[in-house]
Amino acid sequence: MNNPLKCDFCAKPATVHLTQIVNNKVHKVDLCEECAQTKGVTDPSGFSLADLLLKASLSPEAAPASGVRCEQCGFTQADFKKFGRFGCPACYGAFKGMLDPLLEGMHKGTTHLGKIPQAALDRKSLHDRLSKLELDLTEAIKSERYEEAARYRDEISQVKQAFAPRSEA
Amino acid sequence: MTIASLIATPSELTDNASSKTAIVLMTRIRLARNVAGQPFPGWAKPAQRSQILESCSLAVGATAPMKRSLTVGVSELTELEKQILVERHLISRELSSSTQGSGVVISRDQSFSVMVNEEDHLRIQVLRSGFQLKKAWNAINELDSALEEHLDYAFSPQLGYLTACPTNLGTALRGSAMMHLPALVIAGQMEKIVRAVNQLGMVVRGLFGEGSDASGSIFQISNQTTLGETEEEIIKRLQSVLQSIIEHELNAREKLLEGDSGKLFDKIGRAYGILQNGHLLSSGEAMNLLSLIRLGVDLGVFSDGYRSVIDRLFIEAQPGHLQYARKGEFEPNQRDLLRAERLRSEFANLVRPDFTLTANRKN
Repeated sequence: MNNPLKCDFCAKPATVHLTQIVNNKVHKVDLCEECAQTKGVTDPSGFSLADLLLKASLSPEAAPASGVRCEQCGFTQADFKKFGRFGCPACYGAFKGMLDPLLEGMHKGTTHLGKIPQAALDRKSLHDRLSKLELDLTEAIKSERYEEAARYRDEISQVKQAFAPRSEA
Repeated sequence: MTIASLIATPSELTDNASSKTAIVLMTRIRLARNVAGQPFPGWAKPAQRSQILESCSLAVGATAPMKRSLTVGVSELTELEKQILVERHLISRELSSSTQGSGVVISRDQSFSVMVNEEDHLRIQVLRSGFQLKKAWNAINELDSALEEHLDYAFSPQLGYLTACPTNLGTALRGSAMMHLPALVIAGQMEKIVRAVNQLGMVVRGLFGEGSDASGSIFQISNQTTLGETEEEIIKRLQSVLQSIIEHELNAREKLLEGDSGKLFDKIGRAYGILQNGHLLSSGEAMNLLSLIRLGVDLGVFSDGYRSVIDRLFIEAQPGHLQYARKGEFEPNQRDLLRAERLRSEFANLVRPDFTLTANRKN
């Protein structure tokens, strides 16, 4: 094989390869040493590959796992298994089902509690609002609702003013 | 600013090692950031990569902390220049081996560097000599907020900053400290420490990151997880782990002095002899000898002033720096000659070790 197998949980090269047969189905998992340790794979007592697989939702070999595809960038689940990385920010939405159980084992929690890029988010919501208002304005003029149109125009100038101090900088 | 003048400029790492803390050589924090709506560098097409490189480099260069910085594409750098930047921890090995469409912006004092199109669009890094996690966080937080004025980051309220690898999600923050732990190595306790640290969700690596060895008894300790905690919590947790490693190292030093000071003094004395008189020194051996002299400084065997000399030499005895100083490329055995020559002259005036104070202290 050209590409060395990557760990199913993190991106490191996999050195532990496990195959277990549960209910006549073959389950395979590739892990790096660290993950093998933390998942208890090296602990012979009480380790069940099935649990691990269930958690990682890396279903049995035969299952058509490659069905999911990111609409934005064309990345597939098979690509993720190969590279251990995603194609674009939108992949996080596309592969949510596969990712959520993975995150549990990977991090302290599954919800972001840290810094928020407030300036960028504000800017985006202003942008969104502006384009919506402009759309509304065109619609209102088209259907000759001039009173509404005037209100939209006022709002647009207000939003634009909110932009102004930043665009000067 | 050119790369040549950057290398010649006094830097945070090589010229600011006034570290009073004996054990932590330097502190580093990095944040991973990506631009919304764009494919990650590993999946982007060459044209998209160049466009990201251009827009991000511009945005980074426009921030206040990056005034008078150096912006350079990786493809414009020679092998030796790349090696120097790796040895100064300003770019990663991964970035140095990439070909098209990646680059780096480095502040004049080399305390900030921003890699563009490494694993993520932006890898923002701040570097401080000594043990300064909180200061480093404040500095990088400021730079990040300034950048946010110019760039729309890929962000989700649920998952935080979106990164190419899910292991970096959330805060996308990795804090690390470079620790000098000779007594724990001599006492054979490092393995135990590594295991304990792993259990606390932290990782131990060698001086140059993943896969590098721990020559000179220098280890890099950093947080493993990034999602589900605030930046301040991660830093607090890291800080307390580092603090407890410092205590273990200090205890190990006390034990060595109590139990077998002869053996310890012999190591330090020999290191002094070889550095002053050796003619062939590999980079690994030089690191280990410098490490012992640094331990000697901490124990009061040598004067305090030498700590910063050693911290500088930890970097300047690396192959890239050595060759750059001599303006050429040399075979490894020639480098060993040059290295020994350089160290002989650096240590020619180092006063003989004085073990009396240290030996008496324990009584």
